[in-house]
Amino acid sequence: MSRYFTDEHEWVDVEGEIATVGITDYAQEQLGDIVFVELPAEGATFEKGDDAAVVESVKAASDLYAPLTGEVVETNGALEDEPALVNSDPEEDGWFFKLRVANASELEGLMDEAAYKKFVESL
Amino acid sequence: MTGKDDIPALEEELPPSELPLDAWHRARGARMVVFAGYHMPIQYEGIMAEHAWVREHAGLFDVSHMGQLSFSGEGVDEALEQLLPSDIKGLKPFRQRYSMLLDEDGGMLDDLMVSRLGDGAFDGADIYMVVNGATKYDDIGWMIEHLPDEVTMNHMDEQALLALQGPEAGEALATLIPEAADLYFMQSGPFTWRGVPLWVSRSGYTGEDGFEISIPARDVTLLADALIALPQVKPIGLGARDSLRLEAGLPLYGHDLDPRVSAIGADLGFAIQKRRREEGGFFGHARVMKELADGPGRKRVGLRIDGRLPAREGAAIYVGDVMVGEVTSGGFAPTVGAPIAMGWVSLPHSAIGTALEIEVRGKRIAAAVAPTPFVPHRYRRQKSV
Repeated sequence: MSRYFTDEHEWVDVEGEIATVGITDYAQEQLGDIVFVELPAEGATFEKGDDAAVVESVKAASDLYAPLTGEVVETNGALEDEPALVNSDPEEDGWFFKLRVANASELEGLMDEAAYKKFVESL
Repeated sequence: MTGKDDIPALEEELPPSELPLDAWHRARGARMVVFAGYHMPIQYEGIMAEHAWVREHAGLFDVSHMGQLSFSGEGVDEALEQLLPSDIKGLKPFRQRYSMLLDEDGGMLDDLMVSRLGDGAFDGADIYMVVNGATKYDDIGWMIEHLPDEVTMNHMDEQALLALQGPEAGEALATLIPEAADLYFMQSGPFTWRGVPLWVSRSGYTGEDGFEISIPARDVTLLADALIALPQVKPIGLGARDSLRLEAGLPLYGHDLDPRVSAIGADLGFAIQKRRREEGGFFGHARVMKELADGPGRKRVGLRIDGRLPAREGAAIYVGDVMVGEVTSGGFAPTVGAPIAMGWVSLPHSAIGTALEIEVRGKRIAAAVAPTPFVPHRYRRQKSV
């Protein structure tokens, strides 16, 4: 399994044709206390860059973009009962949804962990 | 991730200014944002934790961005009664009152606190006023235009302002300034701490007991250090200030109040005392009287929301297919444990309990007009006069 990152502070784990998507620790830290997560419907299809989910912190609503083109095959129902999972475990249990990747070549535009780390340090 | 509706930064052409405690906030791990033209702390450890701390203990807020004004001169009360709809002549020394600036048509230019000074505070001025930071320069311009030459207005931008808020605020402040803890809600007075002159009022913007402390900017770091050294006190950012005031049902100028809003529609008629209603002689009097008689077209109300999805500023409010209002402030309320909001609705839909729907991202969520405050006020009021 390989983990990729976007410049919108999302992480993407790719295993075969399935990509699991969440937000990074840096992103949850910036958002602050998360009180609601609006997940996409299973079966929804997104182009890379489409609005795919919404994260509501105490103060603000923020969009989460589809990092890749594909179809939603599963969403993390645990976030509906416990949105704070995104704060406490953003890069594991706080995942948002899984996509069936339509175009594996889009992965080339994403960062690896080292590149993302550098990107965050540059902010 | 893109923040869509974070606390809106006021659009300023000038670069943001620094408040006297800027470095102090940063040294304590504050995340800074631009608000009202200043770099200000939005949070330290997190909005939820800070909010809960203020409801249980005491929080220190830096509100030095607010405008502190003093007024003196012949006929100052009469002059201010032209600008403010509240009873100024009847305002006793060391007493504070909530009031507002209204334009000629009765639209709200700002809301504010006004007090009568005494004992030579602020160079012997007569009246002290605290106005919103984002509107202070417009307020000053408006008042310069409308005050007679005999009245002197001084913008005391060399003064910082701290708020100490929460059920343990009295006990905390008493360890530094024992006499100040004797004040009751909406009383104020001059005090001295380590030789530094302070003006302290028992008031605030959280619904909790607490104080606002005006202090020369050069001494504010010392006082902030002394306060947060107390076990009851932690520094609190703007984020929790907003969630606390929303739960307390207190409007925020620029969001819940603006020049399109009338005093009566904003449900702030309590700030216009009987004598002023009867005698008039202030900007907006005709509209106030008309709306008291006929009702305002729309009214500011509290809103309870079903479920967990917050409705935020700008969300439309519906009854069936008809848009009847708009959310002006909204978010998750940590003490309530659910989303709440404030907004305006047309008068026929403003009764407590009226069922409404709010549109959030194309979906309708169920809401109802709710009594405010959402969390009971816990002011230290004088029992009987």
